[in-house]
Amino acid sequence: MQPIGLLIEFKGGQIKPANFGMATAARAENRQLVALVVDTPANDAKAALEAYGVTRVVNIRTDSNGWNPAVHAAAVVAAMQENGITTLIGLTSPTGRELLPRVAARLDAPLVMDCIDIDLDAHRVKTSQYSGKTIATISMTGSHFIYGMRANVVAPEEAPAAAEVIDFPFAADQGSGFEVIETRTDGSGSQHLAESDIIISGGRGLKNAENFKLLFDCARHLNAAVGASRVAVDNGWVPYAMQVGQTGVKVNPKVYMAVGISGSIQHFAGMKTAKTVIAINTDAKAAIMANCDYFVVGDLFDILPALEKALASVKR
Amino acid sequence: MNIYVCVKHVPDSAATITVEGDNAINEKITWLMNPYDEHALTEAARIKAAGKAVEIVAVCLGKPAAENTLRSAMAMGADRSILIETDQYHDSIITARALAAAIRKDGTPWIIFTGKESIDSEGMQTQFRLAQHLGLPVATNVIKINADSGGVTVECEREAGTIDVYRMAAPCVVGAGKGLNNPNYPTFPDIVRSRKKPVKRIDLAEQAIDRPAAGMQIRELVPAVEQRTPKALAGSAADIAAQIVDILKNEAKVI
Ligand SMILES: Cc1cc2nc3c(=O)[nH]c(=O)nc-3n(C[C@H](O)[C@H](O)[C@H](O)COP(=O)(O)OP(=O)(O)OC[C@H]3O[C@@H](n4cnc5c(N)ncnc54)[C@H](O)[C@@H]3O)c2cc1C
Repeated sequence: MQPIGLLIEFKGGQIKPANFGMATAARAENRQLVALVVDTPANDAKAALEAYGVTRVVNIRTDSNGWNPAVHAAAVVAAMQENGITTLIGLTSPTGRELLPRVAARLDAPLVMDCIDIDLDAHRVKTSQYSGKTIATISMTGSHFIYGMRANVVAPEEAPAAAEVIDFPFAADQGSGFEVIETRTDGSGSQHLAESDIIISGGRGLKNAENFKLLFDCARHLNAAVGASRVAVDNGWVPYAMQVGQTGVKVNPKVYMAVGISGSIQHFAGMKTAKTVIAINTDAKAAIMANCDYFVVGDLFDILPALEKALASVKR
Repeated sequence: MNIYVCVKHVPDSAATITVEGDNAINEKITWLMNPYDEHALTEAARIKAAGKAVEIVAVCLGKPAAENTLRSAMAMGADRSILIETDQYHDSIITARALAAAIRKDGTPWIIFTGKESIDSEGMQTQFRLAQHLGLPVATNVIKINADSGGVTVECEREAGTIDVYRMAAPCVVGAGKGLNNPNYPTFPDIVRSRKKPVKRIDLAEQAIDRPAAGMQIRELVPAVEQRTPKALAGSAADIAAQIVDILKNEAKVI
């Protein structure tokens, strides 16, 4: 049985659902799924992980007193070595972007981020390059293999198993020259774009920051995330973390709504893998209208309030 | 107190990419400095202007044409540059080794900047590997930096609404994010001045770098196909809203 390490992430005390897709993608007869849980009580997570076929949960406890990417990455490497893990899969999420490259650098191991397809036996993956304009097949060589998966590329499927929980205490080396002063959260606690199933994004057509409320109002009913074009970000209407595109977040939702967004090549780079794209634009000739699944030629200031009303009355 | 800025020569984000052979692109397109590297240079120049740094050195691993990006870097404030020449595409395992070797040989860094990622290969890892080879601390997606001789205090945007504040001892590696500044694009006199600044060319093959056992090789590159057939939703605002709800419910099944 080849142990496959899964780097598990939590949000609000719950395992992020995209981790279950990751477990599903990694599962095979000759493999054992080992969940690596860092500085989060693993007992709560055990049942959820067992449902997706995990048979060992490594409960990594560091002395870092909260988030510390340098210490957490060192701890993951130590836990991999202790458990004979040479293959590690994580998400291309904010946490994954911090930890996976640090793990790969420590091990001098190949790493491909944002994989849309993974063959763990052949060490071969597919990922997008040149801002989504091409798909590259990359083969990796080495003694260890690190993969960052794009969220939502594999749908989670349950495969119940029983798991053992192993404690793994880790003390960091002193004098690494890297120190966490603080982590500030503004409480917005917004769902991270890259892992959202539904994203509603606004662009120049929104005209100002206040009007983004129209998007948030719709998003609330759908538990959707709100994104933006670069124009909306550069104008200071919304923070950069909401930017979708080549120089923003790359997203892969089931539904992407582009509202008052023209669909520039750079914006497409971030959302072209969305399953269903719905565009709302006054200009029937906007690029987005020719490259979406549904389009509305109309004024967003008419459509959004009506949509909010319709969503509010949906029975679920 | 030298600042090194690692820059990459990449296709213009608006360029049409066509695949040539199995795993290469047609390179007869517009190439530019990787956008995140512009933020890195702007910040380096700002730190130097505040009287804190002695010299800014731009470093690039690339084909001979990458000199253009180094010229841009010098127009944006680098005093000189180093081009590690190669005629091939290299993964970040080799790139980080090459950059580390060139910097180590050139001098003593105080801060090493990179962009947080490059927009062509989108690997998101070179800065971490570079730091590992040099044994230095590293932070990514840095949107604010306060530098002093002992090190830097940086703010990093981890995700919407979450900022991490780190203290790193110098020397250290800083991966510039978009929120760091507005790039200070060069004026014509800057460009003229940059032509006189020196570019040192060194050959990758002559660098003392070990041959890693690990690697990432692009086997195949294919154009990403877009095959959507747009369908119009029409009617009154209320009709359209109802149709969207229906799509969310019955087709996308997200409600
Ligand atoms: C290096 C580089 C990187 C970039 N990275 C990104 C990136 O990551 N993400 C990104 O988004 N952009 C990026 N851009 C910018 C990109 O080129 C475009 O400028 C940007 O995407 C346009 O944003 P927009 O669609 O909101 O604005 P516009 O192109 O101005 O489009 C606004 C749209 O709103 C419509 N509209 C106006 N009013 C209404 C209304 N009342 N109702 C409905 N529709 C309305 C208009 O018809 C128009 O189609 C990048 C550019 C460069 C050079």
